This record gives sequence, C-alpha cells and structure tokens, in this order.
Amino acid sequence: MNIYVLLKRTFDTEERITISGGRINEDGAEFIINPYDEYAVEEAIQVRDEHGGEVTVVTVGGEDAEKQLRTALAMGADKAVLINIEDDLDVTDQYTTAKIIATYLGDKEPDLILAGNVAIDNGTGQVGPRVADLLGIPYITTITDLKIDGDKVTVVKDVEGDEETIETTLPLLVTAQQGLNEPRYPSLPGIMKAKKKPLDELELDDLDLDEDDVEAKTKTIEVFLPPAKSAGKVLEGELDDQVKELVSLLHNEAKVI
Amino acid sequence: MDFRFTEEIESLRSIVRKFIREEVEPYAMEIEENDKIPEHIIEKSKELGLFGLSIPEEYGGLGLDMVGKCGVFEELGKTHNGYTTLIGAHNGIGTVGIVELGNEYQKQKYLPKMASGEWIGAYALTEPSAGSNAANLKTTAVRKGDKYIINGSKHFITNAIDAHVFTVMAVTDPSKGPKGITSFIVEKDFPGFIIGNVEKKMGLRGSHSAELFFENLEVPVENVLGEEGEGYVNALKILANGRAGLAARNLGSAEKLLELSLEYTSEREQFGKPIIEIQAVQHMLAEMSIQIETLRSLVYRVAWMTDQKMRIVKEAAIAKYYGSEVYNKVADLAVQIHGGMGYVQDYPIERYYRDARITKIYEGTSEIQKNIIASELKRQLNRNKVHS
Repeated sequence: MNIYVLLKRTFDTEERITISGGRINEDGAEFIINPYDEYAVEEAIQVRDEHGGEVTVVTVGGEDAEKQLRTALAMGADKAVLINIEDDLDVTDQYTTAKIIATYLGDKEPDLILAGNVAIDNGTGQVGPRVADLLGIPYITTITDLKIDGDKVTVVKDVEGDEETIETTLPLLVTAQQGLNEPRYPSLPGIMKAKKKPLDELELDDLDLDEDDVEAKTKTIEVFLPPAKSAGKVLEGELDDQVKELVSLLHNEAKVI
Repeated sequence: MDFRFTEEIESLRSIVRKFIREEVEPYAMEIEENDKIPEHIIEKSKELGLFGLSIPEEYGGLGLDMVGKCGVFEELGKTHNGYTTLIGAHNGIGTVGIVELGNEYQKQKYLPKMASGEWIGAYALTEPSAGSNAANLKTTAVRKGDKYIINGSKHFITNAIDAHVFTVMAVTDPSKGPKGITSFIVEKDFPGFIIGNVEKKMGLRGSHSAELFFENLEVPVENVLGEEGEGYVNALKILANGRAGLAARNLGSAEKLLELSLEYTSEREQFGKPIIEIQAVQHMLAEMSIQIETLRSLVYRVAWMTDQKMRIVKEAAIAKYYGSEVYNKVADLAVQIHGGMGYVQDYPIERYYRDARITKIYEGTSEIQKNIIASELKRQLNRNKVHS
C-alpha cells in the first residue's frame, strides 16, 4: 500500500507566543510535529505494518522542518520528502500548501493519505480536504478509527463528540482526530537509524510550479494576541441579592442572556 | 571548536526531554511516596531504548560516545533522581565494565539483554571495611576446578534489588594487595548469592541500595572480567568512566532547580511585586546560572576528551567534584528562594535538596576526587621535571 502522511512543523505546545514586528516571534522557540499529524504518522505506520507497503511523510516548509521529518522516520516511516519553499515564497496560505502537495502527489498514485485534523498553530483544518479535492479523491475528516479490508475502508468519524461510521473505498484521504491512537515515542535506536533513511528535498522548480501558480489567496491584515484575562468578580451579600446581581450582570455586562 | 551537539544527539535529547516531561515527571510524587518507580515507567523506558545508551550497536544498544551519553544524562537529571539513578547506574558503572573489558563470549551473553533492559546491571565494589579505601576488600574468591568460590559481603550497592548482573570485585590473591583483586560477572541466580537488607536512605527514593552476601557463591571461570589480578585497575577504570556521566546528571538536576526557581520567583509576590524583581533574589538566580554554565563547560569538555581517547583522570575527577558541589549549592539556593515552599514535601525542591547530598559521597567522595586531582598534579610535575 502506498501511504502518504502530510506533516507540519509547529510550535511546541509548551511555548509562550509573543509577537514582534507584526509576526509571531520564533526566536529560541522549540518546534515539534503538529500533535494531530503525530496521530496520522502513527496510524500510517500501523496500517503499513498490517497491510504492507511504504509510508512517506511529506512537508512543505524550510530547512528546519528536516528535524520533524527525521522524527517521523525515527517513529517508523520509510521515506521523507521536504518541499523547501523558503527561498521562493514569503507569504503562503492553505491554498499554497495544498496546491504544492497535490502537485507533488499527482503522479504518485497514493492509496491512502493521512493528515492531522488541524494544525495547532493556524488551526484552519483546510490543507487535507483541499489536497483531496485537488486530487479528486474522497476524504473524511476527524477520524477516530480506521479499518481497511481490501479496497473497502470503514472509518469512524468524530462528530462534535458523537460518532458516525462511514464506509468508503481507496484511494482516500483522512484527517486524524485525538483518540485515533496513542502515538509511539520514536525509539532512541530508531533515531540513530533515521539518519540512514532517505529524505528527499524538492523545490517548486522540481514540481514545475511557478510562484504565481501557488500565490496565496488570502492576506493577513493583522496579527495580535488575545486580550489579557482580567480578574474575576466575586459577588457578596445575601444569596438572593447575589443571584439577582448575577442575572443582571449576565444580561447587561456580559450580554450572554 | 564547535559547542553544538550533532543533529542526532539533539533529536535524542528532545525525545528524552519529551518522554521525561510526559511519562516520568507526572509520577515523581508517587515515586517519592511509594519508594518505587512504577512498572509502566520502566517498561516505557525499555521500549524507548534508555537501557542501551552505552552498549555498542552490534549488541543492541545505541553505542553513544561520551558527549552523546552525557547529553542524554543531562536530560535524565531533570526528573526524580531515583529514576535517574536507576538508568544512570545501569548505563554507567553497571554495564561499562562488560563493554570495555568483556570478551566476545561475555559481550554476546550479557549485552543484548542489558541493552533491552531485560537484565539491569549493578556494580559491587564497596564493603563495610572498603569505602574510600577501595583496595581494602575482604571478599575472597578461590578457584576450584572450573569455578571460583566467592565468600564475603558488599553494602550500599545501587540497583541491587532490581539488577540481574553484577560486576563484583573480590580478592583472589591476598598476598598481592591491590594487584590481587579480580573482577567477576555475577548473576543473581548463581548459587550462594543472597540479597540482604535494603538501606533506608535520606533520599534517592525509588532507587534501592542493599547489602549483598556471598556464601560459597559459585561463579564459572568464564565469568572473570578482564584478567585475574586486574580487578582493582578495572574498578578504577569503570568508576572514572562514570564520573563525567554523574556530573552530567547533576548538571540536569541543577538546571531543573533553576527552571523551577525562575517560575516560582516570577509568580510569587511580596512587597507588591514578583520577588524576581528583588535584587537579593536576582543575585541568587544569577549565582545558580553561573555555576550551572561553568559546570556545563566542564562536563562536555571532559566528555569530548574521553571521546578523543585523551587522559581524563584529573578532568573527570574535577567534573565529578564540581558537579556535586554545584548541585548541592544550587539546591540550597533553590530552597532559600522558595522559602517555606522549599521545605515542604508538596513541592519538589526539598526532594532535590536531599537527593543532591549523596552525589558528594557516592562514586568516590569529594575528598577522594581531590586526592585524585592532587596526585595527577604531582604526576604532571614529575613528568615536567623528567623532560626539563
């Protein structure tokens, strides 16, 4: 089975976000594999171990993303591809990324593509579905279970806490929701071996793409942090009065009822 | 000169950091309360490959060089020291003897199972009458046919309860003093091997040290490690290798204490402001940082020298000595900064403070390190005289 995983390098969940010069400050920050993409890598490895084939992890980004690709290789992926755009593109969006990935996958005849449900940085959840759409294959988002029997695929999808079971066929793109599996730690011997696994680096030229072909469709107007949390309010006095005050505050101040 | 880790070692460190943060640190209080490392942590540590750090790749380990091993040890130092000691002693004094001195038969037999963590390693030198005076061993080994019969006892043996394989030093020829000592690979299942009382310690809970008794313990001849009569030299070699590693673990623990202190001082308010704004507190934080950074330089220089096969006797002793001093001073400052919170058991600071104390004692006391440093200085002086 020809399995691809779409992977993104993101901020470590422990990092504090700061902004300087209208951009998120990356100086000294730790980066990780997007946690939802980790579920995708884990699932891909499990599918390969059960059905055979090969797992290739693909990312669009810069030189620095090599580290996250190596980590996926250390977890057990077979090959990695870095589509390096740092010299060609300054501004990108989900369209850009999806177009590049879909172009790359165009002649690869993937049976199964896995991605994270969302990336924890921008949180749009668009790249997976866009790639499927460009490739003209079905997709299912936020999956929590995946079973493959020949060409038949049975998927359980998380629907806002409820479950939906869907049957479909390969080729297919799915995006992983928390609960799909428990991603393994890359073993330490795995890390030593990952160095010897193939990691190909491509640029837009190698995909016959021009900068215009992948120009972002959106524009970032402003980047800002959420307002600082103000201190809570503690009501005092008789219980009846407190309830009345609470209702009035919810009406007039918070305007939620 | 290059002060960066290789990409591989960086990756190893970041995975170990993540593992410690997610799988060990949340259970630190539990380890302390129960004096036991939960089985799931040990199992996951085995899966990760943490038991094979210093064992060559052909025997199923990682085959890390000293810089790499210290890089991982530093990360391991950032959590409960009982856990750090279990892994550290196994990868250090518990396995290094077989790796460095073992013959092919011994390596084939022991290393793969030690690399996977199925067999944990320990090192048995210390006796009631042989602490810092390590050559004063009373345990004897007498050859009978294809076996040695060992009699005597050991104490304060780290990992004794959990280990399967022990590197044991015993006297084979009492007339020769230190040159009459031989090292043996002993399995806990060998007839005559008895584990005694577990010591009740001030700290390092979860790591168990115990007495060992050998009553006509039978050890096959093929389990002699190195040559007969070379046991004392072997013992010192194994300890020397452990020194840089221990200093790296202490470096990690000191860094953890600074990290906790920075967090605490930026949240704790007195006199209407976070106490990190108070100069007396800032100076304590600065003092911690100075000591940590000087220790870091020492640790990785010794590790690098080890990998270049340079003589490290003096430098490793300095690193062991200084690492223990720094850890203790930083722990003391951390308690001071945390005030009452540093003294109560709801918070990890007092645990590090207790765990730090043993590092000035085990694997060669601070005073023994100074002896080693001075004797190396004298040695250099004499050599210079010869050459001038």
